[in-house]
Amino acid sequence: MDPRRVSRTVSDPKVRHVGFFAPPAPPERSQSGPPDPTSSSPPVSGISPPGNSLSPVMIPPPRQPSTDLVRHYPHAPLLSPLGDPRAAESSVAVGSYNPSDFLSPSATTDCSDDPLSPRLSRMGSSGKFAMSLPSDEFDMPVAKQKDDVTLPPNVSDGGANMEVQKEKRAAGGKPLKEKTTKAERRAIQEAQRAAKAAAKGEYLMLIFHLEIFSSLQKDIVFLWQYDPVYLSLVLELIECSRPCHGLHSIPLQPYFHCLKSVFLTGNTTNSETVQLANCFLDVLIDVYLILCEHQDCEGSKASAAAATRVNPTNTGKPGKADAQKKDNSTVTASEKKGGDRQPDKDRKKDTPHPRMQFDDENRVEKAKKRSVVKQTEARNRVELFRHLPQYEHGTRLPELESKFFKLDSVHPAVYKVGLQFLAGEISGGNARCIAMLQAFQESIKDYSTPPEKALFRDLTTKINSYVSFLIECRPLSISMGNAIRFLKTRIAKLPLNLSESEAKANLISDIERFINEKIIIADKVIVKHAVTKIRDGDVLLTYASSSAVEMILVQAHELGKQFRVVIVDSRPKLEGQRLLRRLVGKGICCTYTHINAVSYVMHEATKVFLGASSVLSNGTVYSRVGTACVSMVAHQFRVPVLICCEAYKFHERVQLDSICFNELGDPDAVSRDYTRKEINSLDGWANSENLQRLNLIYDATPSDYVSMIITDYGMVPPTSVPVIVREYRRDQLWL
Amino acid sequence: MWYRSASFILDKQQQQQNDTVTNPESRPPSSASTAMAAENPNANISMYYQTRAAHHAVVTNDWLAQAQAAVGGNPDDSVSDNYVSGGDEENRRYSVVDEFNNWRKQPELAEAVAAIRALASVIRSSQATTMMELEIELKKASDALKSWDTTSISLTAGCDLFMRYVTRTSALEYEDFNSAKSRLLERAEKFGEISYKARRIIAMLSQDFIFDGCTILVHGFSRVVLEVLRTAAQNRKLFRVFCTEGRPDRTGLRLSNELAKLDVPVKLLIDSAVAYSMDEVDMVFVGADGVVESGGIINMMGTYQTALVAKSMNKPVYVAAESYKFARLYPLDQKDMVPALRPIDFGVPIPSKVEVETSARDYTPPQYLTLLFTDLGVLTPSVIELHNPCCCAI
Repeated sequence: MDPRRVSRTVSDPKVRHVGFFAPPAPPERSQSGPPDPTSSSPPVSGISPPGNSLSPVMIPPPRQPSTDLVRHYPHAPLLSPLGDPRAAESSVAVGSYNPSDFLSPSATTDCSDDPLSPRLSRMGSSGKFAMSLPSDEFDMPVAKQKDDVTLPPNVSDGGANMEVQKEKRAAGGKPLKEKTTKAERRAIQEAQRAAKAAAKGEYLMLIFHLEIFSSLQKDIVFLWQYDPVYLSLVLELIECSRPCHGLHSIPLQPYFHCLKSVFLTGNTTNSETVQLANCFLDVLIDVYLILCEHQDCEGSKASAAAATRVNPTNTGKPGKADAQKKDNSTVTASEKKGGDRQPDKDRKKDTPHPRMQFDDENRVEKAKKRSVVKQTEARNRVELFRHLPQYEHGTRLPELESKFFKLDSVHPAVYKVGLQFLAGEISGGNARCIAMLQAFQESIKDYSTPPEKALFRDLTTKINSYVSFLIECRPLSISMGNAIRFLKTRIAKLPLNLSESEAKANLISDIERFINEKIIIADKVIVKHAVTKIRDGDVLLTYASSSAVEMILVQAHELGKQFRVVIVDSRPKLEGQRLLRRLVGKGICCTYTHINAVSYVMHEATKVFLGASSVLSNGTVYSRVGTACVSMVAHQFRVPVLICCEAYKFHERVQLDSICFNELGDPDAVSRDYTRKEINSLDGWANSENLQRLNLIYDATPSDYVSMIITDYGMVPPTSVPVIVREYRRDQLWL
Repeated sequence: MWYRSASFILDKQQQQQNDTVTNPESRPPSSASTAMAAENPNANISMYYQTRAAHHAVVTNDWLAQAQAAVGGNPDDSVSDNYVSGGDEENRRYSVVDEFNNWRKQPELAEAVAAIRALASVIRSSQATTMMELEIELKKASDALKSWDTTSISLTAGCDLFMRYVTRTSALEYEDFNSAKSRLLERAEKFGEISYKARRIIAMLSQDFIFDGCTILVHGFSRVVLEVLRTAAQNRKLFRVFCTEGRPDRTGLRLSNELAKLDVPVKLLIDSAVAYSMDEVDMVFVGADGVVESGGIINMMGTYQTALVAKSMNKPVYVAAESYKFARLYPLDQKDMVPALRPIDFGVPIPSKVEVETSARDYTPPQYLTLLFTDLGVLTPSVIELHNPCCCAI
């Protein structure tokens, strides 16, 4: 198997221009060789500045709080002897962070060989006044210093600002100098803005700041030229938005304290600090990426909400205590998720994070409390797939059916669709998506805004609760996620001056349009493209049952093309049988076989047509389990593999294996064959400790095995999927 | 290949069935293709490759005679026979193809440029009074051109490019008709220049990749590759070139002539010696008739095998192609294209029972190419799709 894009041999070591360039090329380039602005201007000063040697070549250490970072921690309580460190921590300790790790005696004894300790002792003599500073000064810089950000705090003024100047001088001879000053100026401006942002708890601002950091990435030195107040503000912002944006997993605590110590001592020259700064930047960039991802689905809505929001609690009292501040920010943040004011009610209605990890016991417990459907966890869960929901099958349906008239939180149409998903009556990406959207249409039709609530917020909450109900019935497919995202964008973008009936009519027609344009017409376009690839005498192989492939085959048959179809099927769903039935009914010549024989039938196939549940942006095709196997065999036999997938199913996520994200079906289905009673060797073994049964629903096919993806935007190579994703998202925003 | 499989019996059955069913009505798809053939008298012979052969090849007399025989009767007669709808229209369409053929005869002019010049002549002779009328006329003319020679990617691309300019340029809508017309004409005139400039840019970009003392293998004749090598020679680079012979029209001979004139050390290989001499080669340079959406190229027969050999010996394969050669095509394999056939001279008479593979071009998949030098920059095959003008216009 050879990868699609191979590594290139380049024998000339010179720098070359690969990539895009502006058409008016300087004609003298051919004579003078490649122009290289950075290398052409040698450093002016003879002595190489320390920053220059540090910045571009540093390899950032791992992001986890590794041992040397942990060792920094014990200084924190020393630095703030007046405040109770535990009290300060307990207010912010969230997620995976465990404060006792950092206070363990072994860590403290480590101090002796810590390169940071000399600095500490030095600080003991020169920086005494730092210790006398009240600890809350740095624990809550946002709350305290909101009004006087421009005034640097007395301590860091002496240390860090001097350092800034020193650094500036050091950077003087560097070609990078201009960038430094610009970044600095910007930083000061940003600091002021950050203060305002903190007052609002506005995380969009935070994203903006983090963007600046991530643009600085490698030039860590610059980080220390930022106003320390600004840095702590950003940290505070992150801390505030952590609970509501899935940032729990990022350990910030060590950085808090290390940064504080650095600010106090003003010692920024040794390599230790640089390493720390690197870690810190990495964390910031991580936070930035997570927030960006978050913003993708909610950003537009949040900004709309922010524009209209009046937040009396926050604007009123500037000098709030830390705990209350945090509380407020969670309220505002959950408002962004589309809730109403009360935080308790809100949290209940929040949709769970789309990628909830089911091996995280706390979150599973929480999710259980708010779930509508009683789910009992499977007893023998497959070890490798613990992060995915594994429930007992067969118990949920009767219970839900009995509750049909009791559940008033879920609209009957949605309820019905949920039950159909659960029972497996509706399956297939397009069918499920259309059923869900139509149920939403019904529910919007019957919706009326409760008094004293805004339609666009309350409706989003409603939709969220429906979605979480549907997820409990069966995990959403990626295409459904995209459709929901579309609907929420539409709700958020509703003009405010619309009356309720107009808004509802708008939304209903939007959904209608989505179904028509993105699914039905898209399928027609795909069929039109794909049919051109079918020639007389072809033998087309397909796996399982895909609606798009079926339409293609039927259309090609109607056009009078002479071809045969091989349908490969697999247990336990045997979806191919229904496809076979329909195709044979249309008079198409078919061969039916199981996947065990795929290497045998692949000899005769000339093309492989496959459907997909989703196409990810690295070209990976996420589809019914077995697809990867079929396409691998096809690749080995040099048979082109064509994937037919509507563009609304594309997703910008990247996935390398089928493990991190998947769906697990009923394990009974694989271990039992209901059609043949005589095969019962596993009867009664289901609860055995040593038996773990795995019924995967999807798998990921690497792009190497895919020759072409046929979408409503035409036929594209798998390398072009990101383009489609980009175009499609823009398209969706305009729609 | 599928003879090994048991279910091949189904194919046989089906074939028999089809024979009995469809024989009387003589198969509708082929009748459609004969209708097409009537438009272009020699549809089974690629005009594009014929022209190439005429321009760049070193041909023998008997080959010429054979080609003449293959072309058969006078094409103009049958063309004019077929246009029966309206006298005025007939004249114009007829003249487009004719005009195009006139331009095409000039060896220095690229195919796309010729197409655009031909379309410009349509504008000049047009009696249209509104922009819409003119557009429709141009559309008809370009369709006529395209269907006249389906094998030429450059022709299609050139027509599409010009049509896009006509339909998409918003400035045209705000001007009065005459100035819009003159703007179009100006654009058409300039296109030859644009094409030449593109070639210059490519030559300049590729200079970084040609280093002193390297050996370059070139397959077939390509104006762009010649320009690249010429520029390198002018820059006093020291390199030598291996030219393949480029059977059947021997375009490689022409290239070696040109290079010898530039005092570049050049060695001529027969096409089958590519693998033999590949160990001496540092890089392979080829032109392209068309760059397809997958990032692969369609080029003269033999490019694919050259690229395969180069890949297996880890030599880089560079493609030089102007961006107007980007085509909205996606061949899955070699046979997944409109066949472009052309007579082949074997020097001796071929017995009638022997079949001859007469395809003039092949498809090189993207995984065998290293880089593409285009006037948009030096691109890897995987980013070609982003630059396809039709894709950007979604």
